[in-house]
Amino acid sequence: MTTLLEIRDLHATADGREILRGVDLTVNAGEVHAIMGPNGSGKSTLAQVLAGHPAFTVTSGTARYAGQDLLALKAEERAREGLFLAFQYPVSVRGITNAYFLRAALNAVRKHRGQPELGPVEFMDLLEGKLKVIGWDDSFLERPVNEGLSGGEKKRNEILQLAVLEPKLAVLDETDSGLDIDALKTVAQAVGRLRRPDSATVLVTHYYRILTHIEPDVVHVLSGGRIVKSGGKELALELEDKGYEWVRDEAPVA
Amino acid sequence: MTGGIEAQVLQPYKYGFVTDIESDVVRPGLDEDVIRLISQKKGEPEWMLEWRLHAFRNWLKMSEPHWPNVKYGPIDYQAISYYAAPKSKPKLDSMDQVDPKLLETFEKLGIPLAEQQRLAGVAVDAVFDSVSVATTFRETLAKSGVIFCAISDAIREHPDLVRRYLGSVVPHNDNYFAALNSAVFTDGSFAYIPKGVRCPMELSTYFRINASSTGQFERTLIVAEEGSYVSYLEGCSAPIRDENQLHAAVVELVALDDAEIKYSTIQNWYPGDEQGRGGIYNFVTKRGKCLGNRSKISWTQVETGSAITWKYPGCILQGDNSVGEFYSVAVTNNRQQADTGTKMIHMGKNTRSTIVSKGISAGQGQNTYRGLVKILKGAEHARNYSQCDSMLIGDRCGAHTFPYIDVRNSTAIMEHEASTSKIGEDQIFYCRQRGLSSEDAVSMIVNGFCKEVFKELPMEFAIEAQRLLGISLEGSVG
Repeated sequence: MTTLLEIRDLHATADGREILRGVDLTVNAGEVHAIMGPNGSGKSTLAQVLAGHPAFTVTSGTARYAGQDLLALKAEERAREGLFLAFQYPVSVRGITNAYFLRAALNAVRKHRGQPELGPVEFMDLLEGKLKVIGWDDSFLERPVNEGLSGGEKKRNEILQLAVLEPKLAVLDETDSGLDIDALKTVAQAVGRLRRPDSATVLVTHYYRILTHIEPDVVHVLSGGRIVKSGGKELALELEDKGYEWVRDEAPVA
Repeated sequence: MTGGIEAQVLQPYKYGFVTDIESDVVRPGLDEDVIRLISQKKGEPEWMLEWRLHAFRNWLKMSEPHWPNVKYGPIDYQAISYYAAPKSKPKLDSMDQVDPKLLETFEKLGIPLAEQQRLAGVAVDAVFDSVSVATTFRETLAKSGVIFCAISDAIREHPDLVRRYLGSVVPHNDNYFAALNSAVFTDGSFAYIPKGVRCPMELSTYFRINASSTGQFERTLIVAEEGSYVSYLEGCSAPIRDENQLHAAVVELVALDDAEIKYSTIQNWYPGDEQGRGGIYNFVTKRGKCLGNRSKISWTQVETGSAITWKYPGCILQGDNSVGEFYSVAVTNNRQQADTGTKMIHMGKNTRSTIVSKGISAGQGQNTYRGLVKILKGAEHARNYSQCDSMLIGDRCGAHTFPYIDVRNSTAIMEHEASTSKIGEDQIFYCRQRGLSSEDAVSMIVNGFCKEVFKELPMEFAIEAQRLLGISLEGSVG
């Protein structure tokens, strides 16, 4: 089994405040991990730190990704190496069409891999198939990136980007929040369809809901900046039943 | 927190080289003798000299305007040399006789003048300091009756046309810098499009300042006769120097019935260094007159250079149903200051104007939009749409907006929209997370912001503008 991500005792701060306080996590190729936990537990911070957001500073610990020191890579290098973050709040880029943005992103990745960059025509061919995955038509492509999209549409757009970029490690930061039942189903099915034996998915979520569509191999509970409990998918059910207070009570005092 | 999105590292200005060429430079200072000398060097007729002297006498009574939202030290007008020309004066009938050093200079700037390498479909008038050194495709254009030449040549060869229109849009006493220009202007372009002719190629002028301690005072006049069309482009650059150099131009456009003039500028004068040393003072008066009914004048400008920019290309909408447009991108980085915008004066019935202004500030740059929309009494059913957007990069720069609206006819319809946004760390991070570098991310965000203006530029210019914008903002984001 290939280890894709190995995090050891990771500490991170934002504005001098410590948010991650010793995270340990190992993700192997082919696996789906769910990271659950109450508000403010550090879930989104962990996702952002993995992607290299400059607002966070890693103060100690290590993170290895696909045999490399993840923390030594710039955000764009991590992306080109196949680490993808589906944003909780996708940002809009005025005046830039989805088609242009997606092609620029894909070509940045392709260039890094030593593959030839795709011209507009070849790219459109590739895109057609990907659009079907999320159930969109190509009128969407000429619209500006995330501008004028509803919360749910923005989340779908993240999944389209995921489909186009075919990452090794996809970190989905609360992709399920703000989605209605139908949208959740579409998104979850798309993520399920995009799974590959050589890639892994980390789902950051509050809710059990999405896990009924994407079955996790491992469920972790993050609380107070640390993973306090890990288990199989039944752990998610138990959490749904007993709430987060239960793990917090059970967890050893930091 | 590391870096933030601002790290001031000035990228070298790419056009800052100096051409080593022997120049004929007039002694510094300004008086009637200098004006007589300039006029004589250009072989001008008496009426032209009189016009210059008249302007000069007016200028002496005027004072430099200080209402723009820019700061700079006093200008010593007596320390400037008002005429500089390469000594080997070329003959315009053959490109072979142009000094190879000049051809090389323009080639380096991306403006090949030599016969075999010329830009297809674009005629170029190349102005080096105070003189036009070459104008391409003159004969081709002449076949369709289009006159395109240096204004000095036009004064000698087409005096009636020049006399009729020179100063008809920007009078010699219009403002301080226009008066100065009228007194000492050296070269610039003249274009005349006859009735019903659609100019078969783009016309363009490239202005290059080379000599030190000189000013450049170009004058451009474009006349579009009934039902004609012309697209004109202008570009410019200057060497890197610690001194500030003055550039005070006047551009006049005249559109008769059903004529259309599209005027595009890419201004890339030396902007000064990160400490604010050096750079061009770009004090320019540009105005078009839609004299005829259903005429149209459209200004598009991309302003990335100059230490200080003071410029309001405007339209006088005199003919009924005439249309004025102004599309602008102004960038101020480091210590650059720009006070720019437009004036739309509605006189005729059913006149329409559109203003789209995009200001981008980075470093300690200060960017001001100043615009006047005036609807006169007789302008029944006039319409204006204005949109002013500002973008800030970092937290030490500034954006300012001064829209003036003066409506004297109650049938007018006015719309004004404005926005200010900041390129955020989150926006850049989003792009980086998709594999784009910080520079590419900024360039993409900025280009998206400017899209409405860039789409108004002719194709080759749009690409040049995007590239230039990438360069001038390089290093403003870390």
